[in-house]
Amino acid sequence: MNDATRMSDLPPVGERTALAIAARGLVKCFGAVRAVDGIDLDVPRGMIFAILGPNGAGKTTLMRMLATLSAPDQGSASVMGHDLVRSPHQVRASIAMTGQFASLDEDLTGRENLLLLARLWGFRGRGAKARADDLLATFDLTEAAQKQVKAYSGGMRRRLDIAASLIVTPGVLFLDEPTTGLDPNARQDVWRMIRALAGSGVTILLTTQYLDEADQLAARIAVIDKGKKIAEGTSRELKAATGSGFLHVALVDPQRLDEAQGLLKKHLGAEVQRSPEGTQLSVMTGSAQAANQAISALIAQGIELADFSMGSPSLEEVFFALTGGSGRLARKKENGQ
Amino acid sequence: MSDIGMTAPQSRLDMVAPPRPPSAFSNALVFGWRAILKFKHVPEQLFDLVMTPIMFTLLFTFVFGGALAGSPSAYLQFFLPGILVQTVVFNAVYSGMGLSTDLGKGLFDRFRSLPIWSLAPFAGLMVGDVLRHVIAGAIILTIGLILGYRPEGGVFGIIAAFALLIAIGFGMGWIFIVLGLLIRSPTTVMTAGFTFLFPLVFASNIMVQPDTMPGWLRVFVDVNPVSLMTSAIRGLMAGNASPSDVLLALAAPAALTVLLAPVTLWLYRRSDR
Repeated sequence: MNDATRMSDLPPVGERTALAIAARGLVKCFGAVRAVDGIDLDVPRGMIFAILGPNGAGKTTLMRMLATLSAPDQGSASVMGHDLVRSPHQVRASIAMTGQFASLDEDLTGRENLLLLARLWGFRGRGAKARADDLLATFDLTEAAQKQVKAYSGGMRRRLDIAASLIVTPGVLFLDEPTTGLDPNARQDVWRMIRALAGSGVTILLTTQYLDEADQLAARIAVIDKGKKIAEGTSRELKAATGSGFLHVALVDPQRLDEAQGLLKKHLGAEVQRSPEGTQLSVMTGSAQAANQAISALIAQGIELADFSMGSPSLEEVFFALTGGSGRLARKKENGQ
Repeated sequence: MSDIGMTAPQSRLDMVAPPRPPSAFSNALVFGWRAILKFKHVPEQLFDLVMTPIMFTLLFTFVFGGALAGSPSAYLQFFLPGILVQTVVFNAVYSGMGLSTDLGKGLFDRFRSLPIWSLAPFAGLMVGDVLRHVIAGAIILTIGLILGYRPEGGVFGIIAAFALLIAIGFGMGWIFIVLGLLIRSPTTVMTAGFTFLFPLVFASNIMVQPDTMPGWLRVFVDVNPVSLMTSAIRGLMAGNASPSDVLLALAAPAALTVLLAPVTLWLYRRSDR
């Protein structure tokens, strides 16, 4: 247990009705693998809540359970006040889910996809058409409305996919890695949409493996690794939980990185991270004074510093500290997946 | 939340409440509409469905027909009802492929997270199948008529035969819906389907009477459901089918429906991928 976990004390039972999602001890196994291994989650109404974790952490499985697509093996949850297992139909009536892979009919046009869903929701004739056209206009897809979805770009697909989740305004919108594989512009578009939706009162639960995405969008973040929630809080709380700050050091002579790493570890008593390029060392430090002493030790050994700085940790460093270095998050956004 | 607003009018993201929940039947109709849209957008699927039977009809009639039945026209009279059965049985594979494709793309996840009758997507699939069977059957029959096929059972015989064909397609369809739910790659569904269907279709009385086959094979051909279906369709179109012919032809489709419909439901409900 670490500080960040303790911050997420469960609210008293009486307050749970104000929660969009309340989950207790959710477990899902696939064979011997415990994909989700006892997760509690409380998401207040109207909040953007991010589930952050590396690939295979159990984010999608958790979301699929909350969206009634997959039955939990243990535990219970309610979504918008409806029990997941006892009244799945009511849950479905108050949620919408945009999966990781576009859940659209590629052969149909964008407009037909929306019409199909509008009719399934119970809109008829002119009402269905009006709703579809309204969404197409909102998501800037009017020009592409008559094109088959297979001709859409990644960003257009994602916009249509989100539009398809908004035929009826959901109480909770589940977004599974909403920007994975999108280029930076399309990513900004999706972020804007998510903020606008939250502004109109929709609770949004999104999964992401991008720290900056969670940092930028979410009011609260749950960090998940190997099926377990290892921390939860606001971005600031998570950062604070890992110590007062990080010392970053760059060396003139990269040959001495190993030696410097050893010294820093000895003086500050924490794991030292190497930047992906291998030129910078980062280490959590309790105080500026301790950092000062560590730097003095480096200089005493004749290790020349090109640069050093103290800063509050990035979420990536937070994740590194929380997982004890086992988890690795995506460092760069991959394009064109 | 943010100082950057939507590019489009913000008001459009205002809350929209759900209309009155539609009936299960109207949900199924919407999925049927989707099947019809598929014909509009992917007309080449019909090409896939009818090209093989057309080739079979032409080749068998003109190449083997004289040798097998004395003359091409005499053979066509025998062969055409059989090729209709073959077409419908093979067509059923495509609905399994379509299902497997949908499942692979996460489209069914969206359907499953909607507050609708959970079997509606399958009912829609069936609507599409029936349409495919009728359209493909009509094309083959038309070509047969042009080549000189004459159904002695007349219009009623043809209507009865098509009704039976739909029942056959419906029954066989369950096999491939189950395969589609079990197998994630559409091409594997196709390969598995045809591997299973080829012996069933060829070791039947579709192409030839089994008189000249070795005894052990004749035993199989006589009880092969495809043979029973073919005999009944032949009889209906010739206007001389007995009720027992039709009942025998319906036995396999009925058994498949009773067995596999619950399996389909179970697989669909538990499909955690």
